[in-house]
Amino acid sequence: MPAYHRPTCLREALDLLAAVPAMQPLAGGTDIYPARAAAEAWLQPRDRPLLDLSALPGMAGIAERPDHHRIGAGTRWATIRDAGLPPWFDGLRGAAAWIGGRQVQSRATLGGNLCNASPAADGAPPLLALGAELELACREGRRRLPLSSFLLGNRRTALAPGEIMTAVIVPKPGRGATARFDKLGSRAFLVISLVSVAVVIEAEAGRITRARIAIGACSAVPQRLPALEADLAGLPLGLAAAVPEPAHLAPLAPIDDVRASAAYRRHAALVLLRRALAPSLAGAAA
Amino acid sequence: MTSPALLLQVNGETRRVLVPGQTRLSTVLRDELGLTGTKIGCDAGDCGACTVQIDGVQACACLVPVAQAAGHAVTTVEGLAATPMGAALQRAFLHHGAAQCGICTPGMLMAASELLAAEARPEEAAVAAALGGVLCRCTGYRKIVEAVCDAHRFLGGGPEPRAPWAGCAVGERLPRADGPAKVTGTDRFGADAAPDGALWLRAVRSPYPRARFAFGDWAPLLARHPGLARVLTAADVPGRNGFGIYPDIKDQPVFAEGEVRYRGDCLCALVGDRAALEAIRTEELPIAWTQLAPVTLEDALGGEPVQPRWPDNVLTTGRVVSGDAEAALRTSRHSAAIEIETGFVEHAYIEPEAGWARRVGDRIEVFACTQAPYMDLEEVAGVLGLPQAAVRIIPSACGGGFGGKLDVSIQPMLAIAAWLLHRPVRAVLPRGESMASSTKRHPARIAARAGCDAAGRLTSFAFEGLYETGAYASWGPTVAGRVPVHAMGPYRVPAVAARARAIFTNNPPAGAFRGFGVPQAAIAQEALWDRLADAAGLDRLEFRALNALRAGDGTATGQRLEHSVGLVECLDALRPRWRALRAAAAAANAQADAEGGRRRHGVGIGCMWYGIGNTGMSNPSTMRLTLGPDGLVFHNGAVDIGQGSTTALLQIAADALGLPVAAFRLVLGDTDLTADAGKTSASRQTFVSGRAAAEAGQALRQAILLRANAGPEARLALRDGRLLVDGRPVGLETPLEGIGRFDPPTRPLDADGQGIPYATYGFAAQLAALSVDLDLGTVHLQRIVAAHDVGRAINPTLVEGQIQGGIAQGIGLALMEEYLPGRTENLHDYLIPTIGDVPEIECLLIEAREPLGPFGAKGIGEPALVATAPAILSAIRDATGASLTRIPALPHRILEALHR
Repeated sequence: MPAYHRPTCLREALDLLAAVPAMQPLAGGTDIYPARAAAEAWLQPRDRPLLDLSALPGMAGIAERPDHHRIGAGTRWATIRDAGLPPWFDGLRGAAAWIGGRQVQSRATLGGNLCNASPAADGAPPLLALGAELELACREGRRRLPLSSFLLGNRRTALAPGEIMTAVIVPKPGRGATARFDKLGSRAFLVISLVSVAVVIEAEAGRITRARIAIGACSAVPQRLPALEADLAGLPLGLAAAVPEPAHLAPLAPIDDVRASAAYRRHAALVLLRRALAPSLAGAAA
Repeated sequence: MTSPALLLQVNGETRRVLVPGQTRLSTVLRDELGLTGTKIGCDAGDCGACTVQIDGVQACACLVPVAQAAGHAVTTVEGLAATPMGAALQRAFLHHGAAQCGICTPGMLMAASELLAAEARPEEAAVAAALGGVLCRCTGYRKIVEAVCDAHRFLGGGPEPRAPWAGCAVGERLPRADGPAKVTGTDRFGADAAPDGALWLRAVRSPYPRARFAFGDWAPLLARHPGLARVLTAADVPGRNGFGIYPDIKDQPVFAEGEVRYRGDCLCALVGDRAALEAIRTEELPIAWTQLAPVTLEDALGGEPVQPRWPDNVLTTGRVVSGDAEAALRTSRHSAAIEIETGFVEHAYIEPEAGWARRVGDRIEVFACTQAPYMDLEEVAGVLGLPQAAVRIIPSACGGGFGGKLDVSIQPMLAIAAWLLHRPVRAVLPRGESMASSTKRHPARIAARAGCDAAGRLTSFAFEGLYETGAYASWGPTVAGRVPVHAMGPYRVPAVAARARAIFTNNPPAGAFRGFGVPQAAIAQEALWDRLADAAGLDRLEFRALNALRAGDGTATGQRLEHSVGLVECLDALRPRWRALRAAAAAANAQADAEGGRRRHGVGIGCMWYGIGNTGMSNPSTMRLTLGPDGLVFHNGAVDIGQGSTTALLQIAADALGLPVAAFRLVLGDTDLTADAGKTSASRQTFVSGRAAAEAGQALRQAILLRANAGPEARLALRDGRLLVDGRPVGLETPLEGIGRFDPPTRPLDADGQGIPYATYGFAAQLAALSVDLDLGTVHLQRIVAAHDVGRAINPTLVEGQIQGGIAQGIGLALMEEYLPGRTENLHDYLIPTIGDVPEIECLLIEAREPLGPFGAKGIGEPALVATAPAILSAIRDATGASLTRIPALPHRILEALHR
């Protein structure tokens, strides 16, 4: 069995990671153990040492600051799902209620979801739409990186050797911000997204002042749709649903896989997008 | 590396364990603490069988490093009864029949008890959300939802469990006789027990669909891993290196000889201590591979042979011909044609294959999950080259089977290892290995045509089916034989030409899966009826009623059905629901039209029939009752894989004998202690073994009456171990015995498929009401109504459980399940229905008594599933006009069909 460490302070964790760069950080374990099971079934035991981050103080919890919320990277999805948060977190909370089953939500963490960097990670689109930044710690100090710069590809991130994600920083949006998350899967529970859509709309007097939109599972990295966001700005909320066109999906590059065809994903993304922008959201925001 | 001691609080006790901190909590609970009530189905958080509570919150124990659980309160199923609500929930599960095989039950209970602690009287939606992470393959979830919603009523005891009087058990909703062990976590499944000191076995399997291979020198591997005791290859097989369902087709090698024929084919096995096996990496194995181009269904006919014995890759051809179907089609007023294609379907039992074997002198004992202990016995004897008397099979509790545990899996290799090493040897397949190596439902390519006259009476049916049987024969001949008999469905069709062929490819062996190929055929056949009904201007239900088989009718095999043909009654029962659901769908569609809605509602119907027992072949069962100083004992060799035969056969035997079920002690399954009841398949146990149980009960009753010199109406009683006949004690110093045997009367089919393939048939009709999202192609099931002629419902709760569970599998077949070798070898890429995917199901039990059956009963296991997919696909057509030709009807396929 590979080596395992469960440090109780960040310093110790960073020292261990610096000493053994191959060490794999572990938080909720909900991605690492399944990957191991799949490999072990074909006699490919994993021997990467594990660095369990769950005992680090200050890694979990949600704190409100004047201009942002700070969500510890070790915050579990169940905490986010059940937290009393402002309406612009409705998308993130919606995603939280849909990640795996309750058993996974109770263990899996926000940071783990982002570091695992699955194209279908449900945490990514809502946070991209919120313009979230990540706090990354290393022995030399901490840095901040926009989530959009952190996610580099399928299972690839900008996490540098020796770094640990400590928090997600969500800047407060403008007034009247609402959010929505929707995902499409092939069954009711325990489902990996075929397509996911996250929308954050800021509006004043019934007009969109800023729209931020992200799509998951339709490209190696969940994508914002800047052209659509620009087209929505200034429009009455009631007209938003009619705006998305296939051309707006240019940043997407869906693939054919066992879950759906690329063409279907592209089509469904547009449908979900139009629905996410439909009047009920507008009504709530008005 | 030494591990620091961890202190765990488990079920209120402090437990100290010395294991590495990253060890899965599930492993620690089971292997270190002996709490095997926590089950392992996937080790990946996909199935939820290992759900426990940590500080009152549900978690998959397989995903939790034990170090994270230290210092927190862990509750497992063993600790559930400590709270009043936990105990109430267990009683509710028993009362409602919420546990079938029981492998998911601990996980369900732990997830549900989290909810109930917060909300004693939850709504159904809350139950679904709380249990959404636990998969069940048996129940269809409905009775689980009922039990959880109802648990509060069982606080402080709840309704008294039913204890019917002597002679009144049949027809009663008795709780499962084997239920308490399932809800307390004490049932012993294949992975739950093994003799002390057992070595472990890991099979080495091919990652390629077709390849040649050669072994190099094993010595370096053995030297590098001192805990590796032995490597077993084909050269080590003491007897015949082959197994298979048919006595003359033992074509699947225990260990392949030079060539592998599917991804998952077994080359050799490693035996040793567990840690050593877990450290061995595939690249260390001295195997030289030469990959070969795999044979697929596209090129199998006329291509390279998968096995030399079948040069044309055709394993079997089954056919049924009556009349001149082509001529009748040409002259039919209306005709229709369809081509459909279905994929591999995985059984997805939540318990992966597991068990152990040990050598006891010159005998071998095998404990494993199985549906067919006596077939296992024959296979083990064959591969060991031993007489059958030298083999003992002890079935474990079976965590789901559905046909997938009819073939042996680990049994032969465990037996070989234990025999050669003189040590007990155990194995538990990882989920990925289970899925890669086990049998599947046959993919089918079907072309069917049918005709009717102007009044809608069927005139002709022609069917051509290619069934992909994969690399080895398994149950391919059974499928090819059964399909043509059933392909036209339960209807009067004067002219039939039906042919099904089982074709070899380099894919997983397709074997038995609930319905033996008939569900695939029913999809084509019922789609044709919808089209013909529309063409003839008839209501789709009335079209079926017009053509339905009735008592006295002949079938395409020339069999006259004299009794128990309940399809018309099923349709009569459905008719008012059909009309109401159709009206509701029409109203919903009118409203959607008015409001620009993008959902279309539809109602579909499917009918089925299913021959109970083997096709034109002997399939006897023997049951035995003894009554002596050690009490009344029922020796029952029928394996209960969750369907409830242990309980149903007990009810039958009890009433035939005239004593209450509580008087019996059960001896189950063990081939040393029970006679051959035949396999648990072909929906045969209630009918065949049930009749044998009735005969055994009657035989023992006769023996008692003879000894007591009493008349046939005498009343029996057992009090404190004493037998009373009409109140008078009867001595039991010399034990009494009653043996019952039944073999359903059939006549083998001739070259044209003429004969009497089955002694009786189950019939059913099901309705599905659903809506389709026209933009996304997604289906929302609203309601399923299932009317089943079961002859007699021995235990209505169990029968409903079979129907609901079969329907859930039918939903999977219709809408989501498709196994792709190498790509969906886990339970997150291979999707089966969750608790949120099974709608409300109404079961209507029709009882057209079968005179041959026990108290009139026939089978229900497979009939439950067959009509569901046709009804769902019919409803999708009704809602949208989209006719699906590729199953499952995934959203993208529905959209494509909509735009065709």
